[in-house]
Amino acid sequence: MLEVRGVGRSFGDRQVLHDVTFDVLPGRMTGFVGSNGAGKTTTMRIILGVLSADIGTVRLDGDDLLPEDRRRFGYMPEERGLYPKMRVAEQLVYLARLHGLDQGRAKRNTADLLDQLGLGERAGDTVQSLSLGNQQRAQIAAALVHDPEVLVLDEPFSGLDPIAVETVLAVLKSRADAGAPVLFSSHQLDIVERLCDDLIVIADGSIRATGSREGLREEHSGQRYELLVAGDADWVREMPGVRVVELAGGRALFDVDAPPIAQDVLRRAIAADTVRGFVRKRPSLAQIFREVIQ
Amino acid sequence: MTAHTPPKSVGAPRAKLSAARVIRLVAAREVIARLRSRSFLVSTGILLAIVLGSIVVGGIASANAELPKVAIQRSVINALPDMSGYAQTLVSEVSEVEELVRAGEVDAGIISNSEVSPLGITVIGLDSAPGGLIAQLSVAPDVRILEPAEQDPFFAYLVALGFGLVFFLSTITFGSTIAQSVVEEKQTRIVELLLATISARLLLAGKVVGNSILSFGQTLLIALFGSIGLLITRQGSVLAEVGPSAAWFVVFFMFGFVLLASMFAAAASLVSRQEDLGAVISPVTTLVMLPYFAVIFFNDNPTVLTIMSYIPFSAPVGMPMRLFLGEALWWEPLVSLLVLAVTTGFVIVVGARIYSNALLRTGTRVKLGEALRG
Repeated sequence: MLEVRGVGRSFGDRQVLHDVTFDVLPGRMTGFVGSNGAGKTTTMRIILGVLSADIGTVRLDGDDLLPEDRRRFGYMPEERGLYPKMRVAEQLVYLARLHGLDQGRAKRNTADLLDQLGLGERAGDTVQSLSLGNQQRAQIAAALVHDPEVLVLDEPFSGLDPIAVETVLAVLKSRADAGAPVLFSSHQLDIVERLCDDLIVIADGSIRATGSREGLREEHSGQRYELLVAGDADWVREMPGVRVVELAGGRALFDVDAPPIAQDVLRRAIAADTVRGFVRKRPSLAQIFREVIQ
Repeated sequence: MTAHTPPKSVGAPRAKLSAARVIRLVAAREVIARLRSRSFLVSTGILLAIVLGSIVVGGIASANAELPKVAIQRSVINALPDMSGYAQTLVSEVSEVEELVRAGEVDAGIISNSEVSPLGITVIGLDSAPGGLIAQLSVAPDVRILEPAEQDPFFAYLVALGFGLVFFLSTITFGSTIAQSVVEEKQTRIVELLLATISARLLLAGKVVGNSILSFGQTLLIALFGSIGLLITRQGSVLAEVGPSAAWFVVFFMFGFVLLASMFAAAASLVSRQEDLGAVISPVTTLVMLPYFAVIFFNDNPTVLTIMSYIPFSAPVGMPMRLFLGEALWWEPLVSLLVLAVTTGFVIVVGARIYSNALLRTGTRVKLGEALRG
């Protein structure tokens, strides 16, 4: 497990991280969301040791991280970049060896990974000759080539077409399934909603919410319900303690002051009409996000 | 919280990465990247061709240099010492000798004249006394020189030019190569990926080592081509005269190169685009150019050379020059080398600090003071 504890960091007079604390659990895809400038990249750089924290610690499996432990991390920086004039495979082998792999293992991993990512045929091409999408895949390969035990990926899906997203996702999932903690940031909430098991929300340098995706949705479910009846649902308006949000024919979307009132609505519906559906609405990630960053 | 042990499928067996291994990997990448660059290979080829060509041309020119011409009246020929250094034209009459001199076909003449001179000859010149010829014909007294100038000034100039040019070209070439490679890593952002794995110091060390290998290699090639050129043009004696100071030059060169390479790297780390590189490395370039011009203009000025031989930036050129001229005492190169080595160490520490602090600041140029403070 990767633990970030009480991390703070300032640039000059501007404090960009305040007491940032969260866990990334093994085998879980953890989404890290926040607006631009919220502190995602700074946090990730501190996890990787590229930046130092003014205060706080980053630990892996209970131990403080030493520089050499970071060789076990796979990192995809926000600012993409590989040597433009170096061949793709050579570059990956070089990076793998910098992370401590021997030549043979580095070459095998490179070949396997390029095949998995659909770049096998481009192995001998220079990076600058690849299309942007393929450069992005090469960048992901660079984060994975040394068989990292922890993955920290800053916006891994940006710039990928939908098919490439699936390819990359499959590769990342396989790492998570093998037990690696995977932390990835994104501002594309729909992608995060689909991909992540756990979620961390950051705003203005502070962690606003952490937890499993379902847990957070449950937690942030308000007292909003949806009722579908065969007839007309207009009568919901007259119920005490109910505020209607939307009402059209047999569908009513409403907030209640307290859970029992929702049960009253349901009872009356059953008594008077045929109930087609009744559900407590759970918020989308985008809604939770808007709510917690307020 | 229980500690998580990753399953076997996660994580490769990792060798303990020693600093030396990291430096070797980085250095090897630098070398390979450079050896793959066509412009580097072409410029090295041209440089070697120039070295070899100038030595061969110089050798041929000096071998074919025309001997001074002398017209000699036949009757005195037996009275003259060895005249093999002159192209001789033998004639019978004094008037013929005078005609040849007047016509400019010979540089001087020798005629019989036992009335005026105890030597029995008269030397004829056109508008001035032909000093070389007179010396050749004179009886020389015993000469003792108290402080001999060990080297011919023109030859000394050539050696100064050689040391100066090799140091200048090599540091400029490979210094700017390091600078470009630093900015390339910053510009392409790969530096963040690298720094997540290895420290800035090791990255810097690898770059300096890699480019040092290239520059030493290139310098050795130049020396090799130069030696071959001298040998095939039968100027081998030059090698013996220059050899010892050239050996010192190599030692000073190594330290001097590392010193300047670290400065180039640190300066380059302040900017994020190749376009901005010129402005930050120009002070370092000036530091390389000054000793080059100084040694060319002042290679006959012992005071300037002595000062140069102790300033770290010019010592790689100045001290070997003084050793070549025989002006330095035995301990002087050692002291100068110590000064150079200490300065190099200091600059590496400061340079690595600037480099580490400036490397991740992309965008506008980083101020030197900020980079030093961190």
